[in-house]
Amino acid sequence: MGYTFALAGNQNSGKTTLFNQLTGANQHVGNWPGVTVEQKTGTMLHHHHGKQTHIGLPWHVKKSQTEGKPVPDKYSDVTIVDLPGIYSLSPYSMEEIVSRNYIVKEKPDVVINIVDATNLERNLYLTLQLLQLGCPVVVALNMMDEVRGRGDSIDLAGLEAGLGTPVVAICARKGEGIDQLVSRAMEAAQKKLVPQKLDICDGAAHKALHAIVHLVEESAVAHGMTPRYAATKLFEGDDVISQELNLSAETLHIIEEILASMEKEIGMERVAVMADTRYRFIEKLLSTCYHRVAPEGDTLTDRIDRVMTHPLLSIPVFLLMMLLVFYITFGPIGTFIADGFSALVDGGIELIAGALERAQVADWVQDLVVNGVLTGVGSVLSFLPVIVLLFLLLSILEDSGYMARAAFLMDKPLRKLGLNGRSFIPMMMGFGCTVPAVMSARSMNNTRDRRFTIMLTPFMSCGAKVPIYALFTAAFFPEHKVLVMTALYLGGILVAILAGLVLKKTVFHGDAAPFIMEMPTYRLPTPANVLRQMWDKAKDFLQRAFTVIFLATIAVWVLRSFNFRFEMTDNIAESILGKLAGFIAPIFAPAGFGNVEAATAVITGVMAKESVVSTLAVLAGVDMESAAMLTAMKAVFPTTLAAVSFLSFVLLYCPCVAAVAAMRREMESGKWAILTVLGQTLLAWLIAVIIYQGGMLLGL
Amino acid sequence: MKENQQPKTLADLVPGQSGIVDAVGGEAALHRHLLDMGITPGVKVLLNKTAPMGDPVEIHLRGYSLTLRLDDAAKITLRQEKGE
Repeated sequence: MGYTFALAGNQNSGKTTLFNQLTGANQHVGNWPGVTVEQKTGTMLHHHHGKQTHIGLPWHVKKSQTEGKPVPDKYSDVTIVDLPGIYSLSPYSMEEIVSRNYIVKEKPDVVINIVDATNLERNLYLTLQLLQLGCPVVVALNMMDEVRGRGDSIDLAGLEAGLGTPVVAICARKGEGIDQLVSRAMEAAQKKLVPQKLDICDGAAHKALHAIVHLVEESAVAHGMTPRYAATKLFEGDDVISQELNLSAETLHIIEEILASMEKEIGMERVAVMADTRYRFIEKLLSTCYHRVAPEGDTLTDRIDRVMTHPLLSIPVFLLMMLLVFYITFGPIGTFIADGFSALVDGGIELIAGALERAQVADWVQDLVVNGVLTGVGSVLSFLPVIVLLFLLLSILEDSGYMARAAFLMDKPLRKLGLNGRSFIPMMMGFGCTVPAVMSARSMNNTRDRRFTIMLTPFMSCGAKVPIYALFTAAFFPEHKVLVMTALYLGGILVAILAGLVLKKTVFHGDAAPFIMEMPTYRLPTPANVLRQMWDKAKDFLQRAFTVIFLATIAVWVLRSFNFRFEMTDNIAESILGKLAGFIAPIFAPAGFGNVEAATAVITGVMAKESVVSTLAVLAGVDMESAAMLTAMKAVFPTTLAAVSFLSFVLLYCPCVAAVAAMRREMESGKWAILTVLGQTLLAWLIAVIIYQGGMLLGL
Repeated sequence: MKENQQPKTLADLVPGQSGIVDAVGGEAALHRHLLDMGITPGVKVLLNKTAPMGDPVEIHLRGYSLTLRLDDAAKITLRQEKGE
């Protein structure tokens, strides 16, 4: 049969949970054609009656498969398309345009509209618009357990009659009602149950709408739209639809006259009239269908927020939460997991190295595989536990509803830099790894804000730079390790602030996007959802970082192992890399580190920051962790000032290739990514020069 | 805000105070977005709280909570009640 169901609903309506329930592990993440809005599709799984057969995690599905329960059945050829979380179908947001175009043009067999039953008034606003698109719609009333918990009740039959389309009560978190939802959706698909026409307008608005319906009926049908949808959009002054319909100037003129006289009669402008009409219809419907037992009192969310958004307590609580996230990720717990994992990775590398040796593979192949590829790939892998842990904790904060509060608290200070409250998530993750940080900027749908945030994120000193700081502080500031480390982190933040202020006045001048955000109800995150998100993001990170790092390590290996005559060489100074470094070294002379060793480390640092330390060690011919390393450092950087200058440069210059690749993708522009990276490198050089020359003048 | 002066826009409300929306301004995209979120003429809006640094604010309407900046809140005018 091959049905397609589209899943539509507001943000925070539990859409992701339902999508996971319906599809389990059979998910595919991509992009909507032509835009960076994420598109998730999946194949629907079988469900037992009233009982969950899986919790949406890959390993659980695998287990049930090995137990011999066949997953594919009569529902398995249903494709579920997850539409973006939206509040309306206006022409101003990419997500909303993508959603309405998909439904109108691709005509899914059913649109499953998930609505938050505890917040029906606003959720049904989207429903009323979906009902006009000409596809069967099944409304899934989610979070019915909370409605019942309040003692409220909903007249399902009444709601169904009022909306003219099937309504099913579900609780996506608990997997309740999913079977019924699926069977009603299958029925709607088979019988092509297009919703009844709803007459939601009255008076002058009703007259105007009907007049427009008559005018555009033919061209709407010719363009695959229902006349009602086309007329409503024209009523709302939707330029996108009016261009698509290709109406004659005369028709447009008549429509304008109709609307102008309607506006005069009602005394309200057209967009407001339509919004008001929809909300009045919903209010009327709910007055008969939603039975509230007690008046809305103090909810749990209100009580939690008394602390979380308290005028004095909120900021310390926020800082404490962030500190906790960092402590778990980078502190004893994270380190323990990361160390264990590193040992495993190293063991694996040794095993392969041993096997290659025993198999007597050519020396250069061994060198390429072990010292080139495996070491590079291993360094990415060693980052994985920290990143997974960071994703896990942030998913918990996101799912619980706290992230919205954090954005609420941080909006004002970030706005001073020309950003908004949502920018703080990428910024914070930047301290872990720039790649996932840049990826997380995707939640900002305004291109300007997203690019701006991504530009500043690399200034948050990433985890891979810690070994560099550790080595330098041990060599040059053994007495003041913590102080110097803190100064470096704060220095990065300070540069980000200054860069933000300058960029706001230049590149990104003009208004920031308005910051209008729903404050969701606090909810206990479901393990399945949190783990699912963590899994998806870790997979995405690995796929992206791996390809880039894999190629980069091979490139570095070639540069390091061959000289310009393409002969293999063991001496790095003789290699292409060494020669290149010698060529660019004079550029760093004004910054105090114009030698080949430092320049080589700078080049390999572009591939991966952790290579800076290992490169310096290899060039000095000493072991990274030995005492000789500290002495060797003093030879490369004759003065403390030169060392500080080099540290500042490393803190601020071009992020690693994996990060640049992520930036290119999320900024949706190679030009932007390259300009950003060049700008950062130039800025880093300037600051290093200022530090060195300034220090010299002061006689340091 | 002075004691006996009526709040003119949503931005003039103090926490705990509510008002009835009269008109919604803003340029096209913002205007539409505010209306879509349920801020329509005649709806009752409660100013729940202000962020610790004074901006943005959290409002309560139609059974849910929404955050917006004071600049945008100032574009939403409130109905002026006659007398007390």
